[in-house]
Amino acid sequence: MKKLQQFCAATALAVTALPTLAADVTVEIQNITQGLHFTPIAAVAHTPDTSLFEVGEMASAEIQEMAEGGSLAGITTVATSIGADMLAEPTAGPLAPTEKVAGTFMTTDGNSVLSIVAMILPSNDGFIGLDNWEIPTEVGTYTIYLNAYDAGTEANDELVGSGMPGMPGMPAPPFLTLGTGGSGVATTEANATVHIHPGNIGDDSLTDGASDVTNSIHRWLNPVAKVTVTVN
Amino acid sequence: MLNQFKNKPIRIALLLALPLAISACSDDIREVEVPVEVIVEVPAPEPVPVDISYEITVTNLTNSQPLSPVAAVLHADGNLFSIGDVASVELEKMAEGGMNDGLLALGMASTSGAAPIGPGGNETITVTVQDVTDAKLSVLTMLVNTNDGFSGLNALDLSTFEIGDTWTGLAGVYDAGTEVNSEAAGTIPGPADGGEGFSATRTDTGYVSMHPGVVTNDDGLSSSVLTVQHKFDNPALRIVVTRTE
Repeated sequence: MKKLQQFCAATALAVTALPTLAADVTVEIQNITQGLHFTPIAAVAHTPDTSLFEVGEMASAEIQEMAEGGSLAGITTVATSIGADMLAEPTAGPLAPTEKVAGTFMTTDGNSVLSIVAMILPSNDGFIGLDNWEIPTEVGTYTIYLNAYDAGTEANDELVGSGMPGMPGMPAPPFLTLGTGGSGVATTEANATVHIHPGNIGDDSLTDGASDVTNSIHRWLNPVAKVTVTVN
Repeated sequence: MLNQFKNKPIRIALLLALPLAISACSDDIREVEVPVEVIVEVPAPEPVPVDISYEITVTNLTNSQPLSPVAAVLHADGNLFSIGDVASVELEKMAEGGMNDGLLALGMASTSGAAPIGPGGNETITVTVQDVTDAKLSVLTMLVNTNDGFSGLNALDLSTFEIGDTWTGLAGVYDAGTEVNSEAAGTIPGPADGGEGFSATRTDTGYVSMHPGVVTNDDGLSSSVLTVQHKFDNPALRIVVTRTE
């Protein structure tokens, strides 16, 4: 009986203490689309009072930089400054359709939520997003499906252009087969806050039409990514 | 009944003791007690197989994508498909042509839907297995007005299902990756085209993924036989699974 009581006391202590304790977490991200690529992915464990992005709010300059060109430089700086734990391979190649990438990190005390972002290609300012998902304290494997968001920072003209923040057009890395000579699908962005991406329109011509993306390849339906989190 | 059992060991002991007494000595007769352990083998009653049944209701949530006859398959482990994997020929035949025989043969038990399920329609089928309560359930059906689009349930773990338990889920649309999404005349087996179903030649990405949706002629694919009516989004099916016995 005494043993049991001791055991119970210890358990109670552990349960109350866990949310702030460090956790050993493995994150696997799979691109489940048929025709999109993802730029290198940032998975960030941070405190619940911060967030990388919020739907219905203006994207930060760092999210804009990621969503328009795939750069993780700004997000890395922010993550460091707020004491977040970050899993990222900024120099990794793109994640092709149905490919997976995984990493394991030990999260610091208090970094109890997980956020994930990466740009989707081809797009003007589309990204996969996970916003402040509470990391379970119970050991186990958890699955989350991610939608594609629009940063709201650039008109979706679907034309080959620039990946620099604030510059029109889409980045055109060599692994994408994109058209040229499109007239542009849109010139303005109706919703300037972060929102669910309306999707690519595309067209069926590589040399003219409205869009430089191909409608039978570069469209998608949500969800676009599968995240498997293992709390070790 | 109890007494019968009690007496049996004694009788056997005497029978065994007798020859010993005779051969060992003739003058003083001693009683020899030979302990004999008698194992009474009661033949195990022939186990009566117990039916474990699941009722599966599939509802078509699309606007104009009939579903090919559903394949409900109980299997021991693994998956009948996985995103990123190469589709099996059995899956390809279903995803391109709506033929589910191959998939049905992959399980320890399986049931086919009686007929296609039209938009807004539903069908309830039952699949029964004997004595296995921890099978995986996969449910698969083609969206017939596509090149190789399918939907369903991927290896639902039934091990925690008690009789009367119900699970409800919504299913997205997958692309088998075996036939390019040309939407062209002659390539789609559904009523929108009446074209070819299964073809052994693989012309697409080669791996299973989520389906990007149909473009349609109305939305900019000039070679498509599909119209805006055939567009779909996720989810495309509602699936309800109930263990009934």
